[in-house]
Amino acid sequence: MTYITKPQLHHPGLARNALGFTRRDYEGSVSTLCAGCGHDSISAAIIQAVYELELPPHRIAKLSGIGCSSKTPDYFLGASHGFNTVHGRMPSVLTGANLANKDLIYLGVSGDGDSASIGLGQFAHAMRRGVNMLYIVENNGVYGLTKGQFSATSDKGSKSKRGVVNHDAGIDLVGMALQLGATFVGRSFSGDKEQLTPLIKAGLMHKGAAFIDCISPCVQFNNHDGSTKSFDYVREHNEAVNRLDVISPRAPIRVDYAPGETVKVAQHDGTVLSLHKLAELYNPNNRAQALGYLQARQARGQVVTGLLYVDPEAGDLHDALDTVATPLNELNEAELTPGAAALAKINAGLR
Amino acid sequence: MPEQVKPPPVRPRVNDFVVKFANVNGSGSASANGMFARAIIRMGVPVAARNIFPSNIQGLPTWYEVRITEAGHLGRRGGVDLMVAMNPQTWDRDLAEIEAGGFLFYDSTKPMPPSRFRDDITVVGVPLTAMCNERYELPRERQLFKNIVYVGALAALLGIEVGAIQALISEDFAGRPRLIDANFEALKMGHDYVVQNLEPLRLQVRRADKVGDRIYVEGNAAAALGAVYGGATVCAWYPITPSTSLAEAFTGYCQDLRTDPETGQARYAIVQAEDEIASIGIVVGAGWNGARAFTATSGPGVSLMTEFIGLSYFAEIPAVIFDVQRGGPSTGMPTRTQQADLIASAYAGHGDTKHPMLLPADPGECFEMGALAFDLADRLQTTVFVMLDLDIGMNEWLTKPFEWDDARRLDRGKVMTHDELEAGADFGRYLDVDGDGIPYRTYPGVHPTKGAYFTRGTSRNPYARYSEEGGVYVDNMQRLLRKFETAKALMPAPVLHKAKRKTRDGAIYFGSSTGAMLEALEALEGQGRHLDALRVRGFPFADAVFQFIAAHDRVYVVEQNRDAQLRTLIVTEGEVDPGKLTPVLHYDGTPITARFIAGQIGSLMAVGSVIEAAE
Repeated sequence: MTYITKPQLHHPGLARNALGFTRRDYEGSVSTLCAGCGHDSISAAIIQAVYELELPPHRIAKLSGIGCSSKTPDYFLGASHGFNTVHGRMPSVLTGANLANKDLIYLGVSGDGDSASIGLGQFAHAMRRGVNMLYIVENNGVYGLTKGQFSATSDKGSKSKRGVVNHDAGIDLVGMALQLGATFVGRSFSGDKEQLTPLIKAGLMHKGAAFIDCISPCVQFNNHDGSTKSFDYVREHNEAVNRLDVISPRAPIRVDYAPGETVKVAQHDGTVLSLHKLAELYNPNNRAQALGYLQARQARGQVVTGLLYVDPEAGDLHDALDTVATPLNELNEAELTPGAAALAKINAGLR
Repeated sequence: MPEQVKPPPVRPRVNDFVVKFANVNGSGSASANGMFARAIIRMGVPVAARNIFPSNIQGLPTWYEVRITEAGHLGRRGGVDLMVAMNPQTWDRDLAEIEAGGFLFYDSTKPMPPSRFRDDITVVGVPLTAMCNERYELPRERQLFKNIVYVGALAALLGIEVGAIQALISEDFAGRPRLIDANFEALKMGHDYVVQNLEPLRLQVRRADKVGDRIYVEGNAAAALGAVYGGATVCAWYPITPSTSLAEAFTGYCQDLRTDPETGQARYAIVQAEDEIASIGIVVGAGWNGARAFTATSGPGVSLMTEFIGLSYFAEIPAVIFDVQRGGPSTGMPTRTQQADLIASAYAGHGDTKHPMLLPADPGECFEMGALAFDLADRLQTTVFVMLDLDIGMNEWLTKPFEWDDARRLDRGKVMTHDELEAGADFGRYLDVDGDGIPYRTYPGVHPTKGAYFTRGTSRNPYARYSEEGGVYVDNMQRLLRKFETAKALMPAPVLHKAKRKTRDGAIYFGSSTGAMLEALEALEGQGRHLDALRVRGFPFADAVFQFIAAHDRVYVVEQNRDAQLRTLIVTEGEVDPGKLTPVLHYDGTPITARFIAGQIGSLMAVGSVIEAAE
């Protein structure tokens, strides 16, 4: 149950960001997930990312579907409006919310059941429309809330806690997002906060459809031998392609010179992504290469993490629809209702 | 060869007859037939025209029925006085449909033997194919101009002013003089042939002054324009007959009326979604975030949207759904009309749900209710349905001109602002502050520290915090009922049609049955049968509906579905004795006719009086 609210008392010594908010101001209710759940680490990374980006919490809208992961928006950003929608349908609700007000930052949180099974269609179409959002799938390869059924991202051949072997091929949402035209695609691991936090920061700042697949082992139902989404498996098979820093235009620019290993990517809003390349020859600006690299590594049983692809010049759905600068939900009567004179003309044309 | 058999020597019937065109779809007949109807309107004579078309793009039978009615009966009468039989596939059934003493118009290029006709009708043959083959080279031209040639011939036979048709051609093809000339020529070809070879028919159109300032428009276009005036900015939809043209009309109107004159940018967002589920999801997301949003769909779409509609009810998010009803269930009869989504829409959802519905009777009301729906959705923070049907939605109707009061303001309902929050207002998202069951809401992003809440489909307390407490759940469900009670007074009032004499018999009807119903009442009155009639325009029902039932001994409920869905809603919501409500049901997919209603009610009343006499 998720009704436990945290006391609002803050320790006077807590650090504040440029807006005067402490990290605590970005927290939400007390999590009701299982102790040790990877999802809670992701929530912590979201809180850290937004705190570091110095975003006012109320300008973020957080939306989710149904499932363990989709419960988490209650556990971070308590001062933001949140919407726990319908199973597998968060992408459409987020799309609608985004159409209504282009000025907020949209964070969609979903799970592998929510996005790869029931919601695969909506996941796909939100990506291909270029909805301006950060879409995080907290991927544990299992249905936790209904106690351990396989999800569509479970790898073929992986074993459930009860010993059942999965016969169906796993869906790789990262590969799909790349193919569908997402303009920011990354993968990370809930146990790797160093990598995840800057990736979330970059995704939030990206204009267009940003997607992060975050492997998040389920301590109850998918953290055993034979699972390919367990902590041990992912640690052993993680192949990070890069480390990321996000340099916000508001913050003093820090530059990390690592000759031959750093790529800088400037985004529309002025943020600069500084990528410390770990893998030789990895270029995050090439969609086709990203797909090839991903599949080659996957064939070797490796889980590639990091920022796999970014298009810094990406546009979004509002650009495609060429909507006015004012958010649609702020247009006034004069801007919306054409009036009696226009109607008289329409009548005349219908006689 | 010209032929004309047996002209009965009687006075012509003027401005009161039914012409039906039997065509093959995809042959270009629709625009010619439409011009025929509009020319008669231009002569000041009301028409009611209906397409009866297949779910197909090319090659199947299609009909267009034009009722010419100086008396202004805009419903279907039933029966055909002149059949324009252009489709050999349906010859036999088209012939059978003609009233005794009626007329058949056909392409006599290959004259039919008299055995293929009936001896109680007049047959008029014009060698259309031969004339077109002689004049035109290209097969496409031969086909297309044949339609205009028969319009010209019919104009001469029925006394329709050629000038009225020419004016329409000039308007429709404005800027394309070659097309205008070519159509004028084809029109003249048909007209001249009749003048030279045949006599005018005993069915005649004569200029009158009965159209007034009425406009001629489809319900879908009218509803779309209503959405523009109602301030809708987000439309998400998925193509489905017969609602598609509503979303397309909205797109067209927005381009004209909602483009920022300075920047050329859109003050609207229209998304053709991947399915109906995403359509309503987008609508709910936009509604949650303070934009007015809608989708247009039909029965199968409503069933797909049902989970979201339940969420909208429980999470209290404004949404508008235009349901252009067609024949169901399943794919049913996608190009035929019915009023069969009433129950599915009224109670769409899982658990205990009910939703307001508006029931327009014609395009004029589609416009009004199309705009009103957005005020109601915001005021009530829930899904509001506007229930059109194919007959209203996809046919052009003569209807009162659209009206808008520039002083009218959009009712955004109870929205707590930044300043109210700043001033310290107690914000509980589901708190019934005013006792009307309607809580206050905030838009996301309104205030840095106040007014944020978490929206969920699971139960929660008045401050939007998750709760599985039974009492808290029950309180909330009761408040939702209070809100539905509040909705009653906001719905458009029913329209009473009093009988000329005091009577204990009544009838209830709604939507596209209206024209046929009013005509049937006249016919019944002619037989000495008097009924008061009440047209229902909204759900939840006004108290007046139940008072009407209480004031009559027997009430006929006329509707276009099999299961008497309106009657079920009335019985359920008003705890009315079902025995008092006699169903009169028409559901073969064609629009209900005045003859059907008068026949059904007439015989039911006759049986009733026999029983009463025996008792």
